[in-house]
Amino acid sequence: MTAAERLKDAIMAAGVAALLALPLIGFETVDTGGPLGIKTRFDYIAYAAIAVFLGRLGMRIALDWRRNYRESLADKLDPVDAVKHKSVLSDLGRKADKWLMPALIGFAIIMPFLPFANRTVIDLGTVVLIYVMLGWGLNIVVGLAGLLDLGYVAFYAVGAYTFALLSMHFGFGFWETLPLAGLLAATFGVVLGFPVLRLRGDYLAIVTLGFGEIIRVILLNWQPVTGGPAGISGIPRPSFFGFPFAADPPEGTTSFHQLFGLEFASLHRIIFLYYLILALALITNIFTMRIRKLPVGRAWEALREDEIACTALGINPTNTKLTAFAIGAMFGGFAGSFFAARQGFISPESFSFIESAVILAIVVLGGMGSQAGIVLAAAFLTLLPEVAREFSLFRMLAFGAAMVLIMVWRPQGLLAHREPTMRLHPAGTKPGGGTP
Amino acid sequence: MEYFLQQLINGLTLGAVYALIAIGYTMVYGIIGMINFAHGEIYMIGAFIAVITFSILGIVGITWVPLALLIVLIVSMIITGLYGWTVERIAYRPLRGSFRLAPLISAIGMSIFLQNYVQIAQGAKIKPLQPMIRGGIELMKGETFSVTISYLQMIIMAMTLALMIGFSYLISATPLGRAQRACEQDRMMASLLGVNADRTISLTFVLGAVLAAVAGVMVSLYYGVVDFYIGFLAGLKAFTAAVLGGIGSLPGAMLGGLLIGLIEAFWSAYFSIEYKDVAVFTILVVVLIFRPTGLLGRPEVEKV
Repeated sequence: MTAAERLKDAIMAAGVAALLALPLIGFETVDTGGPLGIKTRFDYIAYAAIAVFLGRLGMRIALDWRRNYRESLADKLDPVDAVKHKSVLSDLGRKADKWLMPALIGFAIIMPFLPFANRTVIDLGTVVLIYVMLGWGLNIVVGLAGLLDLGYVAFYAVGAYTFALLSMHFGFGFWETLPLAGLLAATFGVVLGFPVLRLRGDYLAIVTLGFGEIIRVILLNWQPVTGGPAGISGIPRPSFFGFPFAADPPEGTTSFHQLFGLEFASLHRIIFLYYLILALALITNIFTMRIRKLPVGRAWEALREDEIACTALGINPTNTKLTAFAIGAMFGGFAGSFFAARQGFISPESFSFIESAVILAIVVLGGMGSQAGIVLAAAFLTLLPEVAREFSLFRMLAFGAAMVLIMVWRPQGLLAHREPTMRLHPAGTKPGGGTP
Repeated sequence: MEYFLQQLINGLTLGAVYALIAIGYTMVYGIIGMINFAHGEIYMIGAFIAVITFSILGIVGITWVPLALLIVLIVSMIITGLYGWTVERIAYRPLRGSFRLAPLISAIGMSIFLQNYVQIAQGAKIKPLQPMIRGGIELMKGETFSVTISYLQMIIMAMTLALMIGFSYLISATPLGRAQRACEQDRMMASLLGVNADRTISLTFVLGAVLAAVAGVMVSLYYGVVDFYIGFLAGLKAFTAAVLGGIGSLPGAMLGGLLIGLIEAFWSAYFSIEYKDVAVFTILVVVLIFRPTGLLGRPEVEKV
């Protein structure tokens, strides 16, 4: 592109931006009691147009520069090396699950004892881990089995409400409720999945999305059980295997700090919750890693790649998908129980579509099927709104824009690699004559 | 009986609006096989532009309703169409040819972005609009209940009908429609034969956005209130309508829209208004179980 072309292109973009901004930014409606009044803000349109002009110009120059750089690189290197240079990130992706995961897990374990770890940091870590766990759970459905689930938050809600109701009304403890919540969420998964899993991918997407909405509407309107929009509050906090976190435990019980002879600190509970979700998330991870090596896990991945071939080989697609759906739902339910236990308060607001979208975004941004990528994406998407808290008005705007930009920049996800778990000829063996 | 008729009229009005939005979904799905999640937001933007333009016209002094309506429709259609074009250009075109979920995530991101953009630019409060078209015709007078059809409802239905006819003509008999159907069948082959596929896809988005803009204008008049959140549920229902009718099929989208509108109106009238969305989705699931490709969709044969 010549300079003149670039300039023309940028001017066009600025013109479009100005036109787009004209009604929505240029005029502001003001409440005057009667008909809406209008305030004009034409200076903002000029700013928007200038920003788009500069941005577009910069983008063009950068893109051209990158193309030239690649071409010059391709001239210098032989083709094999050029492929190696193509992307640092995809190379990272290939190695990620080998060294990145242990590093991340190690960091997660020592994190609460690092010098910068205060209450806020540990709380944030807990939130990130909830999303990591949800991402790993959804990854079974979306990443491994290739089923597009837009209503994952419904299972999360089922888990949360199961925990809340059982512990409030029947006095169940956290550890008794956890399996029940998972089981119930899985049952919901089967009930929903059974009729719809025969459908093609995109129909499945809309049905799951609808299911998410149904659950939310029921939670909002079934007042006597769910408390409606006000939700459920005063959910009992989980105890340390029967030893509560309390400054003065009730008569006859030992509290956590007495058990270990520590000074009472409210931080104990937060650290305990952090480790609890870390353990739950790691269980999800280990489960996923192991089940990928079982026949059913292999069937999921095979089904994702080619359904017709799988059917021809005698895999029952509906049942196989159903297991993935139910197991994914179960982990969603576990995460939901933990969420309810940690917050002590739940309301339908926490289970809106945007949550499903965020979890799906975590899976896809992380690079489908990559466990480490999901951790990075979860950290990024949960910490971004926190970092941008000062510009609280703009944080969701930035969030949406970031989702678009990352997808445009790396459609395959941050750490994408979709290698088969099993090879016909493993690396190092000669094809054709391996076995003696 | 009177009550039933009244609900039928209300349902058809609502259904007409859903059908207009659903066409945008179904066309985009037909041509590039993706769910344009931001389409509900495009409709919301159309409604906002309508409210703003109406307010400006009111201040300027153009209050003759037909003229004001015409100006608002044209302004809203042009600018919303431009939004549709821009969204496609920024968020979807770079992703053409990448795997199936990438444009979907990008679309969800775009939807979040547009929602917050409007919220920041125009405030989170509900925007009221003064009723402009009042009155109606009393069709039937019962003892306790009389059936009326308002002029506005008549305008909505007539406009939808006209747009549907025009649109069917556009798709079936114009060069653009032919190009569109060609791209739908085989994009690669169409571009080899000289159809500008990128341009056709862009125009599809613009057309969808224009129809959504009309729906937005109508809804802002019909309900008299607009807020930045209306796009999500309307988009969801319109997409449900498109799936119900058979995604990719234009008459299917129209039929699906009308059905969803009717289901919603009757469910709210006879059962409970809180669970109308549950009813809509339940019926969708039931229909999909028995007809997996929707009511008017072609059964797809997957080949190796």
